[in-house]
Amino acid sequence: MRQSRAIDISTGLFVLLGMTAIVFLVTQITNREFSLRSDSYRLTARFENIGGLKAGAPVSMSGVTIGRVESIGYDMDLYKAVVTLRIDASYDKIPNDSDASIYTAGLLGGQYIGMTPGNSEDVYRDGDTVEFVQDAVVLEKLISKYLFSQAGKDKAAEAPATQE
Amino acid sequence: MTGLLGEMADNLRGFLARLGALTRFFGQVLLISPTAVLRPRLVVEQVYNTGALSLVIIMTCGLFVGMVLGLQGHDLLQRFGSEDALGVGAALSLLKELGPVVTALLFAGRAGTALASELGLMRATDQLSAMEIMAVDPMRRVVVPRFLGGVIAMPLLTAIFIAVALFGVQLVGVQFLGVDQGSFWSQMRGAVELADVNEGLIKGVTFGIACSLIAVFEGYNAEPTAEGVGRATTRTVVISAVVTLVLDYILTALML
Repeated sequence: MRQSRAIDISTGLFVLLGMTAIVFLVTQITNREFSLRSDSYRLTARFENIGGLKAGAPVSMSGVTIGRVESIGYDMDLYKAVVTLRIDASYDKIPNDSDASIYTAGLLGGQYIGMTPGNSEDVYRDGDTVEFVQDAVVLEKLISKYLFSQAGKDKAAEAPATQE
Repeated sequence: MTGLLGEMADNLRGFLARLGALTRFFGQVLLISPTAVLRPRLVVEQVYNTGALSLVIIMTCGLFVGMVLGLQGHDLLQRFGSEDALGVGAALSLLKELGPVVTALLFAGRAGTALASELGLMRATDQLSAMEIMAVDPMRRVVVPRFLGGVIAMPLLTAIFIAVALFGVQLVGVQFLGVDQGSFWSQMRGAVELADVNEGLIKGVTFGIACSLIAVFEGYNAEPTAEGVGRATTRTVVISAVVTLVLDYILTALML
Protein backbone atom coordinates (compact mmCIF):
# COMPACT_ATOMS: atom_id res chain seq x y z
CA MET A 1 0.00 0.00 0.00
CA ARG A 2 2.75 2.37 1.02
CA GLN A 3 4.69 1.49 -2.14
CA SER A 4 1.73 2.16 -4.46
CA ARG A 5 1.13 5.50 -2.74
CA ALA A 6 4.71 6.52 -3.44
CA ILE A 7 4.22 5.54 -7.09
CA ASP A 8 1.04 7.60 -7.24
CA ILE A 9 2.79 10.64 -5.84
CA SER A 10 5.74 10.43 -8.23
CA THR A 11 3.41 9.85 -11.17
CA GLY A 12 1.34 12.83 -10.12
CA LEU A 13 4.45 14.96 -9.85
CA PHE A 14 5.62 13.81 -13.28
CA VAL A 15 2.27 14.58 -14.92
CA LEU A 16 2.14 17.96 -13.17
CA LEU A 17 5.65 18.77 -14.37
CA GLY A 18 4.72 17.78 -17.93
CA MET A 19 1.59 19.92 -17.88
CA THR A 20 3.55 22.85 -16.47
CA ALA A 21 6.05 22.47 -19.29
CA ILE A 22 3.25 22.51 -21.89
CA VAL A 23 1.65 25.58 -20.33
CA PHE A 24 5.08 27.25 -20.21
CA LEU A 25 5.66 26.51 -23.91
CA VAL A 26 2.23 27.78 -24.93
CA THR A 27 2.16 30.96 -22.88
CA GLN A 28 5.78 32.01 -22.52
CA ILE A 29 7.42 31.41 -25.86
CA THR A 30 4.54 31.99 -28.28
CA ASN A 31 2.98 35.34 -29.06
CA ARG A 32 -0.25 34.24 -27.44
CA GLU A 33 -1.22 36.01 -24.27
CA PHE A 34 -3.73 34.49 -21.94
CA SER A 35 -4.30 37.30 -19.51
CA LEU A 36 -7.23 37.00 -17.15
CA ARG A 37 -7.84 40.71 -17.47
CA SER A 38 -8.69 40.96 -21.14
CA ASP A 39 -10.01 44.51 -21.04
CA SER A 40 -9.15 46.14 -24.31
CA TYR A 41 -10.61 48.25 -27.07
CA ARG A 42 -10.31 47.99 -30.83
CA LEU A 43 -9.11 50.43 -33.46
CA THR A 44 -9.00 49.94 -37.19
CA ALA A 45 -6.44 51.34 -39.59
CA ARG A 46 -6.38 51.09 -43.38
CA PHE A 47 -3.05 50.76 -45.15
CA GLU A 48 -2.10 50.72 -48.83
CA ASN A 49 0.59 48.18 -48.09
CA ILE A 50 1.23 46.31 -44.87
CA GLY A 51 4.40 44.54 -46.00
CA GLY A 52 5.00 41.48 -43.82
CA LEU A 53 2.79 42.51 -40.89
CA LYS A 54 1.11 39.54 -39.22
CA ALA A 55 -1.69 39.07 -36.72
CA GLY A 56 -0.20 39.07 -33.22
CA ALA A 57 2.43 41.70 -34.05
CA PRO A 58 2.92 44.27 -31.30
CA VAL A 59 1.48 47.79 -31.37
CA SER A 60 3.87 50.11 -29.60
CA MET A 61 4.06 53.71 -28.52
CA SER A 62 7.52 55.12 -27.82
CA GLY A 63 8.68 51.51 -27.84
CA VAL A 64 6.25 50.33 -25.17
CA THR A 65 3.90 47.58 -26.28
CA ILE A 66 0.36 48.84 -25.75
CA GLY A 67 -1.52 46.23 -27.77
CA ARG A 68 -1.43 43.72 -30.58
CA VAL A 69 -2.62 43.35 -34.15
CA GLU A 70 -5.77 41.31 -33.81
CA SER A 71 -6.65 40.59 -37.42
CA ILE A 72 -5.81 41.64 -40.94
CA GLY A 73 -8.40 41.81 -43.70
CA TYR A 74 -8.84 43.38 -47.11
CA ASP A 75 -11.38 46.05 -47.96
CA MET A 76 -12.71 45.35 -51.45
CA ASP A 77 -14.34 48.79 -51.77
CA LEU A 78 -11.30 50.88 -50.91
CA TYR A 79 -8.72 48.32 -52.08
CA LYS A 80 -6.79 48.67 -48.88
CA ALA A 81 -5.65 46.37 -46.12
CA VAL A 82 -7.75 46.68 -42.97
CA VAL A 83 -5.81 46.09 -39.76
CA THR A 84 -7.66 45.69 -36.47
CA LEU A 85 -5.64 46.71 -33.43
CA ARG A 86 -6.48 45.56 -29.93
CA ILE A 87 -5.21 48.13 -27.45
CA ASP A 88 -4.98 47.40 -23.74
CA ALA A 89 -7.70 49.28 -21.83
CA SER A 90 -5.18 50.85 -19.46
CA TYR A 91 -3.90 52.98 -22.36
CA ASP A 92 -7.12 54.95 -22.73
CA LYS A 93 -5.79 58.46 -23.27
CA ILE A 94 -4.45 58.24 -26.81
CA PRO A 95 -5.38 61.43 -28.73
CA ASN A 96 -7.67 60.62 -31.64
CA ASP A 97 -5.38 62.21 -34.21
CA SER A 98 -2.46 59.92 -33.34
CA ASP A 99 -0.93 58.20 -36.33
CA ALA A 100 -0.02 54.57 -36.96
CA SER A 101 3.00 53.49 -39.02
CA ILE A 102 4.39 50.10 -39.90
CA TYR A 103 8.03 49.67 -38.94
CA THR A 104 10.51 46.83 -39.04
CA ALA A 105 12.30 45.83 -35.84
CA GLY A 106 15.96 45.64 -36.83
CA LEU A 107 17.18 44.27 -40.12
CA LEU A 108 15.84 40.77 -39.65
CA GLY A 109 13.12 41.43 -37.11
CA GLY A 110 9.39 41.20 -37.58
CA GLN A 111 7.18 44.15 -38.43
CA TYR A 112 5.20 46.08 -35.85
CA ILE A 113 2.93 49.08 -35.65
CA GLY A 114 4.29 52.21 -34.01
CA MET A 115 1.89 54.94 -32.90
CA THR A 116 2.83 58.56 -32.32
CA PRO A 117 0.51 60.67 -30.16
CA GLY A 118 -1.18 63.67 -31.75
CA ASN A 119 -2.43 66.90 -30.21
CA SER A 120 -6.18 66.42 -30.16
CA GLU A 121 -8.18 66.93 -26.98
CA ASP A 122 -10.39 63.93 -27.76
CA VAL A 123 -9.17 60.37 -27.27
CA TYR A 124 -9.62 57.14 -29.22
CA ARG A 125 -12.60 55.00 -28.26
CA ASP A 126 -13.60 51.44 -29.14
CA GLY A 127 -14.30 51.09 -32.86
CA ASP A 128 -12.53 54.28 -33.98
CA THR A 129 -10.51 54.43 -37.17
CA VAL A 130 -6.94 55.69 -37.29
CA GLU A 131 -6.93 58.36 -40.02
CA PHE A 132 -3.23 59.09 -40.32
CA VAL A 133 -1.28 56.04 -41.40
CA GLN A 134 2.06 55.33 -42.99
CA ASP A 135 2.59 52.18 -45.04
CA ALA A 136 5.29 49.61 -44.63
CA VAL A 137 8.51 50.40 -46.44
CA VAL A 138 9.12 47.80 -49.13
CA LEU A 139 12.85 47.39 -49.56
CA GLU A 140 12.64 46.41 -53.23
CA LYS A 141 10.73 49.61 -54.06
CA LEU A 142 13.34 51.72 -52.30
CA ILE A 143 16.15 49.98 -54.14
CA SER A 144 14.48 50.32 -57.52
CA LYS A 145 13.76 54.00 -56.86
CA TYR A 146 17.42 54.55 -55.97
CA LEU A 147 18.65 52.64 -59.01
CA PHE A 148 16.38 54.51 -61.42
CA SER A 149 17.36 57.86 -59.99
CA GLN A 150 21.03 56.88 -60.35
CA ALA A 151 20.44 55.86 -63.98
CA GLY A 152 18.73 59.21 -64.63
CA LYS A 153 21.68 61.09 -63.17
CA ASP A 154 24.16 59.15 -65.31
CA LYS A 155 22.24 60.02 -68.43
CA ALA A 156 22.02 63.67 -67.44
CA ALA A 157 25.76 63.68 -66.85
CA GLU A 158 26.44 61.98 -70.16
CA ALA A 159 24.25 64.27 -72.27
CA PRO A 160 26.41 67.43 -72.06
CA ALA A 161 29.56 65.32 -72.55
CA THR A 162 28.34 64.03 -75.90
CA GLN A 163 27.53 67.56 -77.08
CA GLU A 164 31.05 68.77 -76.66
CA MET B 1 23.45 -16.33 -57.57
CA THR B 2 20.12 -18.09 -57.11
CA GLY B 3 21.13 -18.64 -53.49
CA LEU B 4 21.52 -14.90 -52.98
CA LEU B 5 18.21 -14.13 -54.66
CA GLY B 6 16.50 -16.81 -52.62
CA GLU B 7 17.93 -15.34 -49.43
CA MET B 8 16.73 -11.87 -50.40
CA ALA B 9 13.27 -13.24 -51.14
CA ASP B 10 13.30 -14.97 -47.77
CA ASN B 11 14.32 -11.75 -46.04
CA LEU B 12 11.57 -9.84 -47.80
CA ARG B 13 9.02 -12.46 -46.83
CA GLY B 14 10.24 -12.33 -43.24
CA PHE B 15 10.00 -8.52 -43.21
CA LEU B 16 6.48 -8.56 -44.65
CA ALA B 17 5.35 -11.20 -42.17
CA ARG B 18 6.79 -9.14 -39.32
CA LEU B 19 5.09 -5.96 -40.60
CA GLY B 20 1.78 -7.79 -40.94
CA ALA B 21 2.08 -9.23 -37.43
CA LEU B 22 2.90 -5.76 -36.06
CA THR B 23 -0.15 -4.25 -37.76
CA ARG B 24 -2.41 -6.99 -36.43
CA PHE B 25 -0.90 -6.53 -32.97
CA PHE B 26 -1.52 -2.77 -33.18
CA GLY B 27 -5.16 -3.43 -34.10
CA GLN B 28 -5.56 -5.76 -31.11
CA VAL B 29 -3.98 -3.25 -28.75
CA LEU B 30 -6.22 -0.45 -30.04
CA LEU B 31 -9.32 -2.63 -29.66
CA ILE B 32 -8.49 -3.48 -26.06
CA SER B 33 -7.24 0.01 -25.12
CA PRO B 34 -10.67 1.50 -24.19
CA THR B 35 -11.17 -1.22 -21.57
CA ALA B 36 -8.06 0.05 -19.75
CA VAL B 37 -10.17 2.78 -18.10
CA LEU B 38 -11.66 0.00 -15.97
CA ARG B 39 -8.24 -0.63 -14.40
CA PRO B 40 -6.57 2.81 -14.33
CA ARG B 41 -4.11 1.67 -11.63
CA LEU B 42 -2.24 -0.51 -14.11
CA VAL B 43 -1.82 2.42 -16.51
CA VAL B 44 -0.73 4.81 -13.74
CA GLU B 45 1.96 2.32 -12.69
CA GLN B 46 3.24 2.24 -16.26
CA VAL B 47 3.22 6.02 -16.58
CA TYR B 48 5.46 5.92 -13.53
CA ASN B 49 7.70 3.23 -15.04
CA THR B 50 8.11 4.81 -18.47
CA GLY B 51 7.67 8.48 -17.62
CA ALA B 52 8.69 9.36 -14.11
CA LEU B 53 11.69 7.03 -14.18
CA SER B 54 12.89 8.53 -17.50
CA LEU B 55 12.69 12.03 -16.11
CA VAL B 56 16.28 12.32 -14.90
CA ILE B 57 17.87 11.24 -18.18
CA ILE B 58 15.45 13.40 -20.20
CA MET B 59 16.18 16.49 -18.14
CA THR B 60 19.95 15.97 -18.11
CA CYS B 61 20.09 15.42 -21.85
CA GLY B 62 17.70 18.32 -22.45
CA LEU B 63 19.92 20.67 -20.51
CA PHE B 64 23.02 19.69 -22.46
CA VAL B 65 21.28 19.71 -25.85
CA GLY B 66 20.07 23.21 -25.02
CA MET B 67 23.51 24.37 -23.91
CA VAL B 68 25.16 23.03 -27.07
CA LEU B 69 22.45 24.68 -29.13
CA GLY B 70 23.20 27.94 -27.33
CA LEU B 71 26.92 27.71 -28.11
CA GLN B 72 26.54 26.60 -31.71
CA GLY B 73 23.64 28.92 -32.44
CA HIS B 74 25.50 31.88 -30.98
CA ASP B 75 28.63 31.10 -33.00
CA LEU B 76 26.62 30.74 -36.21
CA LEU B 77 24.44 33.81 -35.73
CA GLN B 78 27.38 35.96 -34.63
CA ARG B 79 28.84 35.59 -38.12
CA PHE B 80 25.74 37.35 -39.45
CA GLY B 81 25.64 39.84 -36.59
CA SER B 82 22.24 38.70 -35.42
CA GLU B 83 22.84 36.98 -32.08
CA ASP B 84 19.48 38.31 -30.93
CA ALA B 85 17.78 35.76 -33.15
CA LEU B 86 19.25 32.97 -30.97
CA GLY B 87 15.99 32.65 -29.05
CA VAL B 88 13.88 32.22 -32.19
CA GLY B 89 16.24 29.75 -33.81
CA ALA B 90 16.67 27.64 -30.70
CA ALA B 91 12.98 27.63 -29.80
CA LEU B 92 11.85 26.66 -33.30
CA SER B 93 14.46 23.95 -33.80
CA LEU B 94 13.72 22.51 -30.35
CA LEU B 95 9.95 22.59 -30.74
CA LYS B 96 9.81 21.23 -34.25
CA GLU B 97 12.70 18.77 -34.45
CA LEU B 98 15.19 18.28 -31.67
CA GLY B 99 12.71 18.03 -28.81
CA PRO B 100 10.44 15.27 -30.12
CA VAL B 101 13.18 13.32 -31.93
CA VAL B 102 15.82 13.28 -29.19
CA THR B 103 13.15 12.54 -26.58
CA ALA B 104 11.89 9.62 -28.67
CA LEU B 105 15.41 8.22 -29.09
CA LEU B 106 16.09 8.54 -25.36
CA PHE B 107 12.65 7.10 -24.61
CA ALA B 108 13.38 4.08 -26.81
CA GLY B 109 16.70 3.61 -25.06
CA ARG B 110 15.43 4.07 -21.51
CA ALA B 111 11.79 2.98 -21.42
CA GLY B 112 11.48 0.94 -24.64
CA THR B 113 14.26 -1.46 -23.69
CA ALA B 114 12.86 -1.82 -20.17
CA LEU B 115 9.44 -2.72 -21.59
CA ALA B 116 10.83 -5.14 -24.17
CA SER B 117 13.13 -6.99 -21.80
CA GLU B 118 10.47 -7.17 -19.10
CA LEU B 119 7.90 -8.64 -21.48
CA GLY B 120 10.50 -10.88 -23.11
CA LEU B 121 11.54 -12.25 -19.74
CA MET B 122 7.89 -12.83 -18.84
CA ARG B 123 7.59 -14.78 -22.07
CA ALA B 124 10.82 -16.73 -21.44
CA THR B 125 9.83 -17.66 -17.90
CA ASP B 126 6.32 -18.68 -19.01
CA GLN B 127 4.62 -16.00 -16.90
CA LEU B 128 2.47 -15.04 -19.86
CA SER B 129 1.36 -18.65 -20.37
CA ALA B 130 0.64 -18.91 -16.64
CA MET B 131 -1.65 -15.90 -16.92
CA GLU B 132 -3.46 -17.48 -19.82
CA ILE B 133 -3.98 -20.65 -17.77
CA MET B 134 -5.51 -18.51 -15.00
CA ALA B 135 -7.86 -17.04 -17.63
CA VAL B 136 -6.16 -13.63 -17.38
CA ASP B 137 -5.64 -12.10 -20.80
CA PRO B 138 -1.98 -10.99 -20.87
CA MET B 139 -2.80 -8.48 -23.61
CA ARG B 140 -5.29 -6.78 -21.32
CA ARG B 141 -3.34 -7.14 -18.11
CA VAL B 142 0.25 -6.61 -19.27
CA VAL B 143 0.61 -5.30 -22.81
CA VAL B 144 -2.06 -2.59 -23.13
CA PRO B 145 -1.29 -0.77 -19.84
CA ARG B 146 2.39 -0.62 -20.83
CA PHE B 147 1.52 0.69 -24.27
CA LEU B 148 -0.86 3.35 -22.92
CA GLY B 149 1.59 4.37 -20.21
CA GLY B 150 4.21 5.05 -22.89
CA VAL B 151 1.75 6.96 -25.08
CA ILE B 152 0.75 9.20 -22.16
CA ALA B 153 4.31 9.73 -20.95
CA MET B 154 5.94 10.63 -24.28
CA PRO B 155 4.30 14.04 -25.00
CA LEU B 156 4.85 15.08 -21.38
CA LEU B 157 8.51 14.06 -21.59
CA THR B 158 8.82 15.97 -24.87
CA ALA B 159 7.41 19.15 -23.32
CA ILE B 160 9.72 18.82 -20.29
CA PHE B 161 12.70 18.19 -22.58
CA ILE B 162 11.97 21.32 -24.64
CA ALA B 163 11.40 23.50 -21.58
CA VAL B 164 14.64 22.35 -19.93
CA ALA B 165 16.56 22.72 -23.19
CA LEU B 166 15.30 26.29 -23.58
CA PHE B 167 16.58 26.96 -20.09
CA GLY B 168 19.95 25.58 -21.26
CA VAL B 169 19.96 27.83 -24.32
CA GLN B 170 19.11 30.79 -22.16
CA LEU B 171 21.83 29.84 -19.66
CA VAL B 172 24.59 29.73 -22.27
CA GLY B 173 23.29 32.41 -24.62
CA VAL B 174 22.13 35.06 -22.19
CA GLN B 175 24.10 34.37 -18.99
CA PHE B 176 27.48 33.31 -20.46
CA LEU B 177 27.68 34.80 -23.94
CA GLY B 178 25.82 38.02 -23.26
CA VAL B 179 22.91 37.94 -25.71
CA ASP B 180 20.43 40.60 -24.65
CA GLN B 181 17.79 38.97 -22.48
CA GLY B 182 14.99 41.24 -23.63
CA SER B 183 15.43 40.67 -27.34
CA PHE B 184 16.08 36.96 -26.76
CA TRP B 185 12.63 36.46 -25.27
CA SER B 186 10.69 39.09 -27.20
CA GLN B 187 11.91 37.92 -30.61
CA MET B 188 11.11 34.36 -29.59
CA ARG B 189 7.60 35.35 -28.56
CA GLY B 190 7.15 37.34 -31.73
CA ALA B 191 8.11 34.53 -34.08
CA VAL B 192 6.89 31.31 -32.42
CA GLU B 193 3.29 30.45 -33.24
CA LEU B 194 0.95 28.17 -31.36
CA ALA B 195 1.05 25.85 -34.39
CA ASP B 196 4.76 25.24 -33.74
CA VAL B 197 4.03 24.04 -30.21
CA ASN B 198 1.25 21.83 -31.57
CA GLU B 199 3.61 20.36 -34.14
CA GLY B 200 6.03 19.37 -31.38
CA LEU B 201 3.30 17.79 -29.27
CA ILE B 202 1.75 15.92 -32.23
CA LYS B 203 5.18 14.53 -33.02
CA GLY B 204 5.62 13.59 -29.38
CA VAL B 205 2.35 11.64 -29.33
CA THR B 206 3.09 9.91 -32.64
CA PHE B 207 6.60 8.88 -31.62
CA GLY B 208 5.18 7.74 -28.28
CA ILE B 209 2.71 5.46 -30.05
CA ALA B 210 5.38 4.11 -32.41
CA CYS B 211 8.10 3.50 -29.80
CA SER B 212 5.75 1.97 -27.20
CA LEU B 213 4.13 -0.27 -29.80
CA ILE B 214 7.46 -1.53 -31.09
CA ALA B 215 8.72 -2.17 -27.56
CA VAL B 216 5.71 -4.19 -26.41
CA PHE B 217 5.49 -6.02 -29.75
CA GLU B 218 9.13 -7.08 -29.72
CA GLY B 219 8.97 -8.06 -26.05
CA TYR B 220 5.70 -9.94 -26.34
CA ASN B 221 6.85 -11.88 -29.38
CA ALA B 222 10.41 -12.48 -28.17
CA GLU B 223 11.90 -15.94 -28.52
CA PRO B 224 11.63 -17.53 -25.06
CA THR B 225 15.39 -17.85 -24.58
CA ALA B 226 18.03 -15.66 -22.97
CA GLU B 227 19.35 -14.85 -26.44
CA GLY B 228 15.86 -14.11 -27.72
CA VAL B 229 15.23 -11.55 -24.97
CA GLY B 230 18.53 -9.84 -25.74
CA ARG B 231 17.73 -9.74 -29.44
CA ALA B 232 14.25 -8.33 -28.78
CA THR B 233 15.79 -5.52 -26.71
CA THR B 234 18.30 -4.67 -29.42
CA ARG B 235 15.66 -4.75 -32.12
CA THR B 236 13.46 -2.43 -30.07
CA VAL B 237 16.11 0.28 -29.99
CA VAL B 238 17.15 -0.11 -33.62
CA ILE B 239 13.65 -0.28 -35.08
CA SER B 240 12.35 2.52 -32.83
CA ALA B 241 15.18 4.82 -33.91
CA VAL B 242 14.67 4.15 -37.62
CA VAL B 243 10.87 4.41 -37.42
CA THR B 244 11.13 7.64 -35.40
CA LEU B 245 13.34 9.30 -37.99
CA VAL B 246 11.23 8.11 -40.94
CA LEU B 247 8.01 9.23 -39.23
CA ASP B 248 9.68 12.54 -38.45
CA TYR B 249 10.30 13.17 -42.13
CA ILE B 250 6.72 12.24 -43.06
CA LEU B 251 5.19 14.38 -40.30
CA THR B 252 7.41 17.35 -41.12
CA ALA B 253 6.48 17.13 -44.80
CA LEU B 254 2.80 16.97 -43.86
CA MET B 255 2.81 19.84 -41.40
CA LEU B 256 5.26 22.30 -42.91
